[in-house]
Amino acid sequence: MTVEAEAQFHVLAVDDSLIDRKLIERLLKTSSYQVTTVESGSKALELLGFREDQSSTPSVSPNQHEIEVNLVITDYCMPGMTGYDLLKKIKGSSSLKDIPVVIMSSENVPSRISRCLEGGAEEFFLKPVQLSDLKRLRPHILKGKSNGKEQKPEQQQQENNNNNDSSSISSGSSNNQSNKRKAMDAMDEGLSPERTRPRFSSDSLTVV
Amino acid sequence: MEVACLQRRFIDLTATIFQQEILDSQFTQLQQLQDESSPNFIHEVVSLFFQEAEKLLNELSKALDQQIVDFKKVDAHVHRLKGSSASIGARRVKDVCIAFRSCCEENNKDGCIQHLQQVNQEYYLVKSNLEDLLKLEKQILASGGSIPTMK
Repeated sequence: MTVEAEAQFHVLAVDDSLIDRKLIERLLKTSSYQVTTVESGSKALELLGFREDQSSTPSVSPNQHEIEVNLVITDYCMPGMTGYDLLKKIKGSSSLKDIPVVIMSSENVPSRISRCLEGGAEEFFLKPVQLSDLKRLRPHILKGKSNGKEQKPEQQQQENNNNNDSSSISSGSSNNQSNKRKAMDAMDEGLSPERTRPRFSSDSLTVV
Repeated sequence: MEVACLQRRFIDLTATIFQQEILDSQFTQLQQLQDESSPNFIHEVVSLFFQEAEKLLNELSKALDQQIVDFKKVDAHVHRLKGSSASIGARRVKDVCIAFRSCCEENNKDGCIQHLQQVNQEYYLVKSNLEDLLKLEKQILASGGSIPTMK
């Protein structure tokens, strides 16, 4: 039953290294994710259907994106557009900003890590990425899903979300409540105690 | 008998490789990722590594052969090689790359040339060991045996 639910999660992996793309693809598939890999940030944006001039909230239409992804995992050091640049583009786009982004890097540079996390990245993984690192993806993907991006009844029942009809994104107060509950559910989901840094962004109880 | 002998050799070779840190636990992780749904995974990743490493070593040789060395370019290649070797678990290659990068930062041409020699050596060492290891695996499987798992 859980296998069926997880088969829906689609991860877009971005890395200029062919070996690393192969690796991350295998890791993700082993963790039961559907995977698409691309070699650059610009390719990633193309696939996501990114539009530069997207300042207004678009009318909700799932066909707007070329593909639907539940999470983007990207290398930091890439020629042209870095992982950080890609992160900023995604977070600055009204249609893409809710997609969780994870950054990977072979270099352990604290200022780089903070910059990425402050820029909206959910996690920062040191390369080579391990299977156990991928366990940390689930809470972020689930959070992204329950923001009303996908409407899969089984999934929502499983997650005990009471935000079942995402078409009616109605009163602010009820949304606030369910956001809080989602954050807490995500934490109960079993976030591993060892994190790269203390969390201060979206998982805290301050509602955005 | 044949199989047992091959398996013995496999175990010994693996032990040596890991003792000498030619490969590290990252390689073990890769082995664990190979399964029935992806039976050629190791072979594919290793082949990619060989291809990329040899290309990079070539580029490095050319770059350091120039009258005026572009250290940024050299560093970029070494960074790339460092990343690939880390991803596959080629520990000694990776370690030399780390030292190599320091020479690049110092614009130290002689140091770079020395390190290129070293990284070439380490690369060919890991290459021949991997080839031997994969060949043994193939032989074991062909003889109907199973690959000993090292934990």
